[in-house]
Amino acid sequence: MTRTILYNLIQILFVLVFAPLYSGVLSRFKEIVQSKRGPSIFQPYRDLWKLFHKDEVISSETTWIFRITPYLVFITPIFVTVLIPVLTDYPLAFAFMGDMLAGGFFLGLAGFFAALAAVDTGNPYGPMGASRTRMVGFLAEPVFMIVFFTVSFVAQSTIPYIVQQQWVENVSAFFSPAHMLLLAAFLMLILAEGGRIPVDNPTGHFELAMIDESKALEFSGRGAAFMKWGGQMKFLVLACIFLNVLLAPWGLAHGREIIQILVAVPLILIKVLLFAIVLVSIETSLAKLRLFRISEFLGAAFITSVTAMIVSIFFAS
Amino acid sequence: MPSQMSAPEALNTLSAGFVLLSAFAMVATRQVQGVVRYFIVQSLLLSASCFLLGYAQHSMHLYALGAITIVAKVLVIPWVLKRTLARELYVRREIEQVFNIPASLLWALLLAIFSVVLVGPITSATPDRVVQINVPIGLAGVLIGAFSLMVRREAVPQLIGILAMENGAFFAGIAIAAELPLIAELTVAFNVILITVIIGLLTQDIKETIGTTETGTLRGLKEEPTSWR
Repeated sequence: MTRTILYNLIQILFVLVFAPLYSGVLSRFKEIVQSKRGPSIFQPYRDLWKLFHKDEVISSETTWIFRITPYLVFITPIFVTVLIPVLTDYPLAFAFMGDMLAGGFFLGLAGFFAALAAVDTGNPYGPMGASRTRMVGFLAEPVFMIVFFTVSFVAQSTIPYIVQQQWVENVSAFFSPAHMLLLAAFLMLILAEGGRIPVDNPTGHFELAMIDESKALEFSGRGAAFMKWGGQMKFLVLACIFLNVLLAPWGLAHGREIIQILVAVPLILIKVLLFAIVLVSIETSLAKLRLFRISEFLGAAFITSVTAMIVSIFFAS
Repeated sequence: MPSQMSAPEALNTLSAGFVLLSAFAMVATRQVQGVVRYFIVQSLLLSASCFLLGYAQHSMHLYALGAITIVAKVLVIPWVLKRTLARELYVRREIEQVFNIPASLLWALLLAIFSVVLVGPITSATPDRVVQINVPIGLAGVLIGAFSLMVRREAVPQLIGILAMENGAFFAGIAIAAELPLIAELTVAFNVILITVIIGLLTQDIKETIGTTETGTLRGLKEEPTSWR
């Protein structure tokens, strides 16, 4: 029991430590593909260091919501980390406290408070970005739901560890159409939820075109650091769910020795790195969608997930 | 269960899923070129299904069908379209639709569910898993093709709608009647190419006399400039 709690802590540390690195690697890759040099992959760490050493300015017009939001945004990906397989392929201490749906709710809670905080400031760009994020969010929600339903039809469970076993044990289930379509739908979801390019430009600095970034404009100092770090962790956690639970449930630690957990760390990093290459190729080959085309993008994701469900219900019995 | 199927049949199920997805993609695309591209993808998937089922049932016939599909639908039809309608394919970017894209996608989804529910009781009479998978998805392909024929207001995507209907019927057909005489299949493939040539030439002719290929505006008279949208 103490050992699984220790492993859980290692998982949390993994996400905490490597989330900024992952975002640094992603942006560096992107710059290289666009034949620029780009900042160092350790730049996000320096940014966080700098932000933590700056004074925090909070408008006197804001309420407690603005003050607790950075902490919520920072803490919820950690909660999700506890629920999902990051390094091990067997359930750890808190694995049965919640399923993938609970993970979705946690991330939704952070999003909700981030939107409220953006409205709280009274900055004109904040509420605009918040309402846009909500638009993307409520279009993405049904896709999330259908993906979970399909997963539960296929694996008879929505606990991530059990779902992952489903694809490992059964190769024909891995190549089943339901699984492939699920992957496509979930990839589109990650692009939308992570604020990646066909939906939102993560490196954009033009306030009128921002969707995800503009919510964090008013934060400074420690608050901004927490928001930034939380966002990076959320993206790494989503990538881990996609890779470890749905796409490629290999490379996870199988044994219970601590050395095996430590070996799993570089394996998972390599896997996430390969995913970064895929993401970068998607991002550089597509243009950012106009705001009202996002509904078409997520509509396509919805159709894909419903097709997965049709296929899994009607053709798998 | 997928585990009870042989590997080629399981892969056929995968291909079936993507055939359905590419039918949706044809409804969702705005650009003429994109529609043609998804049609090519769908035809490739069809021929992949042919080869897989041919391998599973040791049928030379299905191999030949797959080859015919590749030649006719992947190579010849895009080539014919390019020759007759190059401007329509590459210059015109966006297509007018009666519904907006999310709405037409939802309709297409309803059609797919409808066809699965409709065909389900019929195909459950046969123990053949391939029939149970191919027939509903083929019917869905036919219905979605007919649907895109209705909602598109542009000649080339309407032509692709007809061809997509044929694709759907073909996909159901390779499961039900694998031993159709080869000459019949050849005739169908040839007919499809002929349809493409005729509609392509007709569209070009319409374009020359009227100046547009937007079939949605054809009911307006040319003399009334106000009726042009």
